[in-house]
Amino acid sequence: MSKVMTMTDAIAAHVHDGDVLVIEGFTHLICFAAAHEIIRQGRRRLTLCRLTPDLVYDQMIAAGCASKLVFSWAGNPGAGSLHAFRRAVECDPPAIEIEEYSHFGMVARLSAGAARIPFWPLRDYQGTDLPAANARIRSVTCPYTGETLATVPALNPDVTIVHAQRADADGNAQVWGLLGTQKEAAFASKRVIVVAEELVDASVIRADPNRTLIPGVIVDAVVVEPWGAHPSFAQGYYDRDNEFYVAWDRIGRDPQSLQQYLDAWVHGIADRAEYVRRQPDLVARLAARPAMSGEVNYGY
Amino acid sequence: MMAVAAARELRDGEVVFVGIGLPNLACLLARATHAPNLVLIYESGAVGARPARLPLSIGDPALVTGSLMVCGMADVFQCFLQSGRIEAGFLGAAQIDRWGNINTTVVGDYARPRVRLPGSGGAPEIAIHARRTLVITRLDRRAFPERVDFITSPGHRDRAGVTRQSSGMPGAGPVRVITDQGILAPNAESGQLELAAVFPGAEIETIRRSVQWPLSLRSPLERVGAPTEVELRTLREVVDPGRVFLK
Repeated sequence: MSKVMTMTDAIAAHVHDGDVLVIEGFTHLICFAAAHEIIRQGRRRLTLCRLTPDLVYDQMIAAGCASKLVFSWAGNPGAGSLHAFRRAVECDPPAIEIEEYSHFGMVARLSAGAARIPFWPLRDYQGTDLPAANARIRSVTCPYTGETLATVPALNPDVTIVHAQRADADGNAQVWGLLGTQKEAAFASKRVIVVAEELVDASVIRADPNRTLIPGVIVDAVVVEPWGAHPSFAQGYYDRDNEFYVAWDRIGRDPQSLQQYLDAWVHGIADRAEYVRRQPDLVARLAARPAMSGEVNYGY
Repeated sequence: MMAVAAARELRDGEVVFVGIGLPNLACLLARATHAPNLVLIYESGAVGARPARLPLSIGDPALVTGSLMVCGMADVFQCFLQSGRIEAGFLGAAQIDRWGNINTTVVGDYARPRVRLPGSGGAPEIAIHARRTLVITRLDRRAFPERVDFITSPGHRDRAGVTRQSSGMPGAGPVRVITDQGILAPNAESGQLELAAVFPGAEIETIRRSVQWPLSLRSPLERVGAPTEVELRTLREVVDPGRVFLK
């Protein structure tokens, strides 16, 4: 049965006030289209989790959607600070709560969540101040070797949104290029929304099953949204909009210009299709050039 | 000069965990000159990357095209880093103290920060597991305090004076701190950072004044040679022709 729906319906059905939310993708395939729809629908008190909050959560923090941020690196990758985030944590008292790990810690939390075990052990955090700053970073004595290992608790989001290059109507989603923690986050989550650049027939998925990262059996909704990850990128579809990432440093620095951005590019438009229509230069600037892979023989 | 000095620290055939900015320039320069078989691993999951353009971020699509392998981040941190397969890792630092402890988290108190910095990323696990860590940061008195405000990534001794070996850290930690004026390195016995090498034109007294602890000089003090014609030309014409990171 088809799970395809509009972004508006998918967010309305699956993202609620107070949810623990993951919009996944490490630099690659970050679903800004979903974030903008969440902002438009006025969700509040969300706990936002990502390794790198990136511009996507900076915008959601600025829009007032978040009460808490769970993260491991809060910068604008390659281009400076996340200013809405900084304003929210540098003010007194802080406007949002934070819970902070390292990248490995966040990866381990999602791995534990995906495996449905309560924690994940890792060799990490010795000699650092992170366990003092975050009481949920703890330790365990290994029952086999007697050594002390750090532990982090499972992260089981209420909803995870993953962006994929292509998916079928049942939500079987194929991803290539940087994979982030998309698989772990989806398996850890109670509900999963797959957003795809392209909707394909199930036969396309079945012709190349090793490329399926998210199986349809764990997916609740499928949204087809070309350019839905812009200004992040989709390998083979469009490049990262580095100009926008650099420009965000200036936009985000001033709360008023940030608000103007949200008014113009989030609240002021209906959906992603309009967002793309109003930037006719996107294709010329960012559309990917072909670099096709070879074929493999799945026969027996 | 920092990128050149960092590139010279890398040996051919090594597996290197690359960061963006100067570490990236250093790795690409090393690969274009004396270390053609360097294997570059980015935390985003690209292994054996050969970016055709200088990536602005750690997750650039150019890292994927033509790489040897692309894996998920759980594999990066568990199968590569924690399992001890990374020979050299690069770290930046907002603050670094006399024991090589690095702060990239906050300036001031953690709960009420004066300046909120990005935080850990993969730095703590790189500092713990890479067989050796190379730190790149500009020399500045505020950036080289006696004690950092927050230990994001461990150096050679923790706040209680316990050494990294006795805390069970497998890697050697920050073995070189490459600044714009010279290179600091840990004393073999104490683990305290001392001046190991100076760059052309740098003055030892200036370097000493730029560090908040009494800086010892290693004997003999290494004098680093100026960048060669080949190194400069490679940096400017091959690695960063658009002057994204080169000033």
